[in-house]
Amino acid sequence: MDLALWRERIVYQGGLLALSTFLTSAALVLANRATVSAIEQAAQDDLKQSLTQVLPEGMADNDLLADALEVADTGGRKVNVYRGRKAGQFSAAVFEYRARGYAGDIVILLGVDPAGAVTGVRVLRHSETPGLGDKIEAAKSDWIHAFEQKSLAGMPLASWAVKKDGGVFDQFAGATITPRAVVKAVREGLQFYAAHQAEISEAAR
Amino acid sequence: MSTDSMGRLWRDGLWDQNVVFVQLLAMCPTMAVTTSGTNGLGMGLATTAVLVVSNMLIASIRDFVSSQVRIPVFIVVIATLVTLVDMSLNAWLHGLHKVLGLFIALIVVNCAILGRAEAFASKNGVLASAVDGLAMGLGFTFALTLMGLVRELLGAGTLFSQASLLLGPAFSFMEVTVLPGYTGVLMMILPPGGFLVLGFLLAGRRLIEQRISRRACAGGPAQSACSA
Repeated sequence: MDLALWRERIVYQGGLLALSTFLTSAALVLANRATVSAIEQAAQDDLKQSLTQVLPEGMADNDLLADALEVADTGGRKVNVYRGRKAGQFSAAVFEYRARGYAGDIVILLGVDPAGAVTGVRVLRHSETPGLGDKIEAAKSDWIHAFEQKSLAGMPLASWAVKKDGGVFDQFAGATITPRAVVKAVREGLQFYAAHQAEISEAAR
Repeated sequence: MSTDSMGRLWRDGLWDQNVVFVQLLAMCPTMAVTTSGTNGLGMGLATTAVLVVSNMLIASIRDFVSSQVRIPVFIVVIATLVTLVDMSLNAWLHGLHKVLGLFIALIVVNCAILGRAEAFASKNGVLASAVDGLAMGLGFTFALTLMGLVRELLGAGTLFSQASLLLGPAFSFMEVTVLPGYTGVLMMILPPGGFLVLGFLLAGRRLIEQRISRRACAGGPAQSACSA
C-alpha cells in the first residue's frame, strides 16, 4: 500500500501524532540536558552582577552566592538573603523584596549594611508603563539612588513615602503609584531586615 | 525553480503579501513590541530565523503528514523549534538572550509562522519554502521596524535608541535623537498608539498601491486590469 492511502488511515494518523510528539519531546530533553548547566551558570552570573550593583566595592570580600540563607517574612514568604562578610565579619545583607506596582509586582534587590542603612537598590523586574513608570530603572533615571544611605533609624517612618504623601521621595510627573510601590518595597524590606537582623547576622558567623 | 517565481516570492513577502500590512497576521507581537525601532528590528530578525527553519522543516516532512492531523503536527514542531532556539540562546549567547528573550517567547504565538507552514511550506519544496520564509520574515521585519520607528519618533523623539544593546557597540551610530528635549506623546508608546500608527501605515500603503496602479493604467494598453 502506498503512502497516499496510508495517510488516510486513522492508525497512521494516530501513530504520526504520537511519533511527532515523541520526537519533539526527545529533542527538548536532549537540548535541556545540553543547556541546563550553561543556563544556570548564566543566571548565577546575572545575579552576581546585580549583587555587586547594590553593594559598593569593598563592602564584602566573600562569595555572596555561597552564603545564602532562607528567611521567612511576616507574610510567610521565603526570602533568600545573601550575606556579605568582610574578613569573616558580617558586613551586609542583600535580598529581593517586592511590592505591587501599577501593573504587576515590582521586584527590587536591596542591599543593607549591619546598621540598617541602604547600600543600594535596583529594580530587577517590573511591568510599569514605559516612559512614565520606568524611571525606577537605574538605566533610565538616577531616582533609585535617592535611597542610598537612608535607614529606618535615620528618619521617621512617615517620611518613608513619596512627597505627595508627606514623605521625602520624589514622585514622577504622571506616575505616583510606581514610585510609591518602590518606596513601600524598600521600607518593608528594611523592616524585614530589622525584624530578622539577629537571625541573619548570627548565622553568618 | 525559475528565477521568475523566486522574484514572485520576494515581491509577495516584502510587499504584495506583507504579513503585517496585507495579511494582517501576527498582530499580537506587532502591537506588543513595536515601541521602538530597535525592538521591532529584534523581533523581526528573531522571527525571520524561526520562520526559515520551520518552513524548511515542515516542507521536508510534508509528504508524511496526513492533512487531517497536520495542524497539531505543525504546532508541535514550531513550538519545539522556538523552545530550542530559546534554550540555546539562553545558554550560549546569554547577552543576546537578555535583549531578545522577551521576543522569542512571543514567537510561539505568532500565527504568521503557522500561517506560512499551512499556506506555503506544506505544499512546496524545501528550497522554495526557505526563500518564502526569508522573504516573509524580512517583510515582517520591515513592517515592524517601520512601525517601531514611527512610534518611537512620535513618542520619544529618538530613532533606534539602545540599538547597540541589540546589535553590538559597533551599531551605536544608529541611535539618533531627532528632537532633543522633546517630551514625547506618551500615547504613541502605549497600545492605542500601536493601533493608530498601524492604521495610518495601512492607509499609506493603499495610497501608494493606488498611485502605482493608476500610473500603470495611464501608460499601458492592458485596460482590462484597470477597471477593478
